[in-house]
Amino acid sequence: MSYVRQLKCRECGETFPLEPISICEYCFGPLEVDYDYAAIRSSVTREGIAAGPKTMWRYRDLLPVESEQPVDLGTGFTPLLRADNLGRRLGIDHLYLKNDSVNPTFSFKDRVVSVSVSKALEFGFRTVACASTGNLSASVAAHAAKAGLECYIFIPADLEHSKIVGTAVYGPNLVAVEGNYDEVNRLSSEVADKYGWAFVNINLRPFYSEGSKTLAFETAEQLGWRLPDHVVAPMAGGSVLTKIWKGFRELAAVGLVEPRDTRFSGAQAHGCSPIVTAYKAGAENITPVKPRTIAKSLAIGNPADGYYALRTIRNTGGAAEEVNDAEIVEGIKLLASTEGIFTETAGGVTVAVLTKLAAAGRFRPQETVVAYITGNGLKTVEALEGHLPEVRPIPPTLSSFEGQILKHTA
Amino acid sequence: MSVKVRIPTPLRRLTAGQGEVQSQGAAVSQVLADLETQFPGMHERLFDEAGQLRRFVNVYLNEEDIRFLQGLDTPVGEGDLISIVPAIAGGA
Repeated sequence: MSYVRQLKCRECGETFPLEPISICEYCFGPLEVDYDYAAIRSSVTREGIAAGPKTMWRYRDLLPVESEQPVDLGTGFTPLLRADNLGRRLGIDHLYLKNDSVNPTFSFKDRVVSVSVSKALEFGFRTVACASTGNLSASVAAHAAKAGLECYIFIPADLEHSKIVGTAVYGPNLVAVEGNYDEVNRLSSEVADKYGWAFVNINLRPFYSEGSKTLAFETAEQLGWRLPDHVVAPMAGGSVLTKIWKGFRELAAVGLVEPRDTRFSGAQAHGCSPIVTAYKAGAENITPVKPRTIAKSLAIGNPADGYYALRTIRNTGGAAEEVNDAEIVEGIKLLASTEGIFTETAGGVTVAVLTKLAAAGRFRPQETVVAYITGNGLKTVEALEGHLPEVRPIPPTLSSFEGQILKHTA
Repeated sequence: MSVKVRIPTPLRRLTAGQGEVQSQGAAVSQVLADLETQFPGMHERLFDEAGQLRRFVNVYLNEEDIRFLQGLDTPVGEGDLISIVPAIAGGA
């Protein structure tokens, strides 16, 4: 059982039964899961959570799943690492990294997919599908394999090779579409309407997006049931940043943490930064763009939750910043060389924006700052081509090692 | 000008379940106004109080988002396809 009551429109407040629907039929606003927080408050405890599985499912009371056995590959409870080396480099006193690149399919997407594929089974679907920039595709394909569901994945045809391989291996029907992600999305939306499949990010979106809250729950628990002062998260559609904010709010609402005015800052790539552009222009509405960036997992030109991400950043006193392709590559290398974490281009965006915000004095002394590393570097090795020292083979002799290697590195 | 309009699931209650309807007009705004005439209630679903398209409504003419064209003033041709598509979540 769960503490879910109904679906509710974020815009007009109209309520709907718990069905695979995502859009308010009165105002087109997004639907969101509505919980009975009073009931959760009276039953949930830190000890109960600590006794749960070492996965995201330890927070199941705050997730919209009824089944006792969700579709779970062991997602979540990923390391929250103190990043003193990087913190010193950037001048941030207490910097932590939530390393979500070590999930079962190597990105945070396993959180949203574990919830939504579980939900697809509950609703009786036999086919799950998604439109994806690459991370979601692997995750949906893997969870569909585990759940024994038919699976269709729609991706832009120009996706990184390793993301295609890392999806195809699970055996889905992989559909490469000649177009950008927004075009893939539009096709998927029309397929969803026509075939009635469970599209995790379309008709299951209200449930799907709740999975990202576990990033917030874990962060708080791993900080010793405390909320950080400042969060930096990557933004594509804007959902993750918004859901981390919601997760913190919920923990305070059910009495698991003391409330704190955490500031939220968002990171985008320069070639696809509609949310940052609106933030800097002081605009309320977001103008879509045609993405051009190496950060393909963030290349969403028409961000569905952009408006909410923008509002969260403004209301909490955070900032929004963008970085170019060269800065993204530097961000990837900086994280690897200081903290030993190899992240994909989206993580490069986050680290590069963290660097920029630190240089601009956006973090206060003694603040606890958490940056979210959402995907694994092995997914986007292409981004580093030509940016790392060339490795030249040597003959298998001591003299060549000493002559060609030691002489140059000593 | 007669064009085809693709109606998303959340609006099909207004079109008696039809996923595609015919509509008339020389520009996108006129096509959408004709929809309201045929299916009363459509206007308030698509437009806010200020008369702007709602934040979460995307309108495409053939393959292109009208915000990359001339918005509601975009002219339409005989046989064009207009799609009304809700905003879709994705990425981070």
